[in-house]
Amino acid sequence: MIEITINLNGKKISDRIEADTLLIDFLRSHNCLSVKRGCETTNCGLCTVLMDDTPILSCSMLAARAAGHTVYTLEGLQEEASSFVGFIADQGADQCGFCNPGFVMNTIALLRENPDPTDDEIRAFLAGNLCRCSGYEGQLRGIRNYLNSLKEQ
Amino acid sequence: MEHKEYKSINKSVRKKDAMQLLLGKPVYTEDIVPDNALVVKLLRSPHANAIVKTINTKAAKLVPGVVDVYTWEDVPQSRFTNAGQTYPEPSPYDRLIIDRHVRFSGDVVAIVAAENEKAASKAVSLIKVEYDVLEPVLDFRTAKDNKILVHPEDNWVAPCEVGGSNKRNLVASEENTHGDVDSVMADCDIVLDRTYHMKAYNQAMMETFRTYTTLDRYGRLHVISSTQIVFHVRRILSHALGIPKNMIRVEKPRIGGGFGAKQSAISEVYPAFVTIKTGRPAMIIFTREESQIAGSPRHEMEVRVKLGADKTGKIRVLDLYTLSNSGAYGEHGPTTVGLSGHKSIPMYTGSLEAFRFNFDVVYTNTMAAGAYRGYGATQGIFAVETTVNELAEMLNIDPTEIRNMNMLKEGMIMPAYYNELAAACALDKCLEHCKEMFEWDKKYPVRDMGNGKVRTAGMAMAMQGSSISNVDVGSATVKLTEDGTYMLLIGAADMGTGCDTILAQMVAECMDCSVDDVAVFGADTDASPYDSGSYASSTTYLTGKAVEKACAELKTKMCSIAADILGCDSEEMIFEEGLIRRINTEQTVSMREIGVKAQVSNTKSAESSVSHSSPVSPPPFMVGMVEIELDRLTGEVTIIDYMAVVDCGIPINPALARIQAEGGIVQGIGHTLMENVTNDASGRPIESSFMQYKVPTRLDMGNLKVEFEHSYEPTGPFGAKSIGEIVINTPGPALAHAIYRATGVWHRELPITPEQIAMTKSSKE
Ligand code: FES
Ligand code: FES
Repeated sequence: MIEITINLNGKKISDRIEADTLLIDFLRSHNCLSVKRGCETTNCGLCTVLMDDTPILSCSMLAARAAGHTVYTLEGLQEEASSFVGFIADQGADQCGFCNPGFVMNTIALLRENPDPTDDEIRAFLAGNLCRCSGYEGQLRGIRNYLNSLKEQ
Repeated sequence: MEHKEYKSINKSVRKKDAMQLLLGKPVYTEDIVPDNALVVKLLRSPHANAIVKTINTKAAKLVPGVVDVYTWEDVPQSRFTNAGQTYPEPSPYDRLIIDRHVRFSGDVVAIVAAENEKAASKAVSLIKVEYDVLEPVLDFRTAKDNKILVHPEDNWVAPCEVGGSNKRNLVASEENTHGDVDSVMADCDIVLDRTYHMKAYNQAMMETFRTYTTLDRYGRLHVISSTQIVFHVRRILSHALGIPKNMIRVEKPRIGGGFGAKQSAISEVYPAFVTIKTGRPAMIIFTREESQIAGSPRHEMEVRVKLGADKTGKIRVLDLYTLSNSGAYGEHGPTTVGLSGHKSIPMYTGSLEAFRFNFDVVYTNTMAAGAYRGYGATQGIFAVETTVNELAEMLNIDPTEIRNMNMLKEGMIMPAYYNELAAACALDKCLEHCKEMFEWDKKYPVRDMGNGKVRTAGMAMAMQGSSISNVDVGSATVKLTEDGTYMLLIGAADMGTGCDTILAQMVAECMDCSVDDVAVFGADTDASPYDSGSYASSTTYLTGKAVEKACAELKTKMCSIAADILGCDSEEMIFEEGLIRRINTEQTVSMREIGVKAQVSNTKSAESSVSHSSPVSPPPFMVGMVEIELDRLTGEVTIIDYMAVVDCGIPINPALARIQAEGGIVQGIGHTLMENVTNDASGRPIESSFMQYKVPTRLDMGNLKVEFEHSYEPTGPFGAKSIGEIVINTPGPALAHAIYRATGVWHRELPITPEQIAMTKSSKE
């Protein structure tokens, strides 16, 4: 067992964990249930969270490696997400929703880095976020409509 | 037929759960399991065909935290099917919870229950098994009447006569003929005889199979599972565990996708067994690997098409033989295969003089197949549409023209579709619309881009059904509350498709209220009215009609309660604009007053529960067109545009219908270009993770554009037909067509990978 401290969603959390605990399991056990597992092989993007503002796959990182770092899950970014997810809802592109948290987290990272992306930049940035339901196009339309709404303001 | 102006129907309303999902709320099975639940893990067979000679669980049981380990000796010995289907169950009873005879690489050998995941995994690794390894039947072409039997047991039962026999490795077999096929064929100018092969694709829904079970406060088994079929799961568990149905409650939370995978009880039985044995809460979460190797994928099929035509392109006769691979167990085997003929041949009703459709469904020692969106139609349509495209190319007729000459039109009787009338069919309009939107005439010609790349186009038509006629039951309960809002209770399962919302839109339309005034609850076998579940493209069409009928009945009841309030006869009352009005007076009673009255000194309930079943299964129709760029050197295919026009009757929620279409098209693109399912020589699956099983990303699909042509289905709610399944059917044949245009080679096996394109080309050159 090792003791780690993580700044999680703006709060310092200390816990004793097994050395091989994955970050995704640590986060889920700390009530960050938005973090989803879709594979075991870093291929789906469902487990995306932000560590020190960078999107990472929490299924393939040891919790111990996050010690001393700042981690945000969707639980901690509700307001930022709320600014754009309604546009995706208007497309019906939320569908089953299981991929949504990882997709929303990566979209947050995208928009922080590049507030005015082209469609191709959006596709490229989010390429690692699989979605089996929506066919992706509705997610893209949602983000596009959000960006257009900012320009109209 | 034109429809009237609706307030809530044909409107793109947001899904009721949209914000919960988009903001990551804990609404899925794994999110609501309590900490004290036992973790259930399965030991799976590495062998495709073997008998468990000895099994030693001593060391496993000694692992700290392990509660128990169960083997074939511990489970009930009566066979059941885990296919979720209506009575009489078409799939054979060929499963045990754990069978001593393991029949595919991935079949269950032992169940471990432990306090935590680590202990469970450790215990699984410590179980010692001695197998008597048998030779497997792996190639489905050699399975029928093979001397190796997948199910040699004597207690194999077929509850429904479908032509199967376990002593022949046969799950089902049938022959259908209409007209004099052989003499029409002999009289044809052109006969194409082609064989097509489609693999056992995985649904790859992002949420793998998972179930949580516990005993409720009455000691009943309470199951919370990611399932499309709560009532069927109740029956399956009752059969498997030998406990009465009223001692089981099955409920689904939100579901992370299903696409048919969750129309079989893949994960439920294991934790349920543990909970019954231990009295403790238990959960199982399939790994992605387990979902890939022991799920319930599409049936691998080989479809042989014999098409006879005259030299003008008139298609006179179709003769199909489908061989379907059900894998190690027979779930959905007898039924999926039927669609390969019944939902491909009728598209050519316009010109067909005769048809034949025969099939065999066989057992092999591979992963058991199940239900996957399209359910056999996908395989049949790939075969028939590709053959028709080949005929067009051969005769130098534009493929859209050859469709116009031969296709089904509204008002025709479809002999190949149970003699049903095509009462609502805008297939011809879909073709015209798609052709124009896609700019077919511009894109169809082969265009050399001058850099080793070539641009071409391909097309296909598709159909499906709407519910299983004379079989499935959709139900709805609508209740009025005392503040005038409504509750809708359903047994259909919203697996992300948005059925909760579209059914609420129907209540809102009927009751003249806002969609927000309708809360939806489902699905729960204790609370929901019986419903077959969400599959077979049935929810909008069947459960929707039940909603419409329940609302009509509720209105009558409300009129009666309102009459009591006014002290008059209920015949004098009518429902009008969200109020009950006494005819020829200004007297009205509000919903709120009726809701309150229903709770005070009242003998009439302000709720209605109605079941509905349909004698017909009206097909939706679709046309898809694709433009690709093919790299002649590498064989790489890049999709430029995929455009489709769908006739799903009146779309209840156009935004959700469109997303269904887009999602289905992308899955179809996956099957056609990248997803593959293969086994090694000993029968072990190769594509066991997302590393090897390549699901399309947002870089693989090009631009999608979907539009609608309306028809009005008189038997559907508000003119609606289905949308969920048909949308996966056009990419296979349309892409194979475009690839032919670019290379001159017809690929009749999917997926068509760059390697295959490059290699086939070079062997020809
Ligand atoms: S769970 Fe799939 S990438 Fe992390
Ligand atoms: S919405 Fe279901 S996987 Fe994306």
